[in-house]
Amino acid sequence: MILLIAIIIMAIILLAAAIYAIIQKDLLYAVIATSVISLILSIMYYVLQAPDVALTEAAIGVALTTIVFIITIRNTERYEGKKYIKVGKKIIKK
Amino acid sequence: MKKVIILTLLAIVGYYLIDVFAQIPFGVNRYEGQNVRDFYLEKSKDDLHVSNAVTSIVVNFRGFDTLGEVTVLFLAVTALGSILYRRREDAHKGVVFFSASKIVRSGAHLLFAPILLLGAYVFIHGHLSPGGGFQGGTIIATGFLLMLLAYHDYRVSHEILSVVESLAGLTFVFAGLGGLLLGKAFLENFLPIGTINFLFSGGIIPIIYIAVGFKVGAELTGLLYTMLNEKEYKKS
Repeated sequence: MILLIAIIIMAIILLAAAIYAIIQKDLLYAVIATSVISLILSIMYYVLQAPDVALTEAAIGVALTTIVFIITIRNTERYEGKKYIKVGKKIIKK
Repeated sequence: MKKVIILTLLAIVGYYLIDVFAQIPFGVNRYEGQNVRDFYLEKSKDDLHVSNAVTSIVVNFRGFDTLGEVTVLFLAVTALGSILYRRREDAHKGVVFFSASKIVRSGAHLLFAPILLLGAYVFIHGHLSPGGGFQGGTIIATGFLLMLLAYHDYRVSHEILSVVESLAGLTFVFAGLGGLLLGKAFLENFLPIGTINFLFSGGIIPIIYIAVGFKVGAELTGLLYTMLNEKEYKKS
């Protein structure tokens, strides 16, 4: 029973993080949200008795994918859309 | 003329592909009367003495697929490196996000060795406990990532990485060829299988998984190092 409640809470957080990652215009926050998704997924894999997949998801999804996305954001643009523009080191509204 | 030759070759290849695929029965249970799941579980327990059935399937029964998987990872990292890696004088001056504080640097220094140890543990015990070469290699790459973020003048030698990676790949292939030389199938076990649940068990499975761990760790470390030292893209 406790396990079921925990899984339901985790699933709700998972969905919330996924929706947040889609609607967020600041891509850095969206990437952190996807990393939260991976973290919860890895806990769920472990609960569902797949520890091998849980290890992979924890190492790749939480750490490596996140850092690769963050490096990409640093080298390109942080904000989605054309509402903001980067001039030098400042971010100003168009 | 050239087009005719190409079309003929394509037709021959297509004919044999269709011929092979036509011989595979579609929607028919080819394992009538025998359960594949039980077969794998029994085989990995009795014939290989491996307690982690996932590892025995990935490395032994489906070892050729794993070789292809490792090759795919190698090709992806090579392509990325060939795009991003540039040998320059100012290559090491590229700022990593910001210079880390003393607390972060000391913590990274303290945690670096335990993370590497954890990764090595995961891939050495791949046939006994959950995890294996891919997971262990990724954990090792995470340890290097911590050092790269904490010390922005931390350097990783690309030469050592490529040597480690090539040796690991060769170990995998030669471990497979060993079975072929002794009159068995490619990647078939040819070493003594030992006692179940002990470290020295499973024949060539631990050897292959250690090689995969080194290979994945070296590749991902090189990838992160290359990406972090890529200078900021200047928009025109």
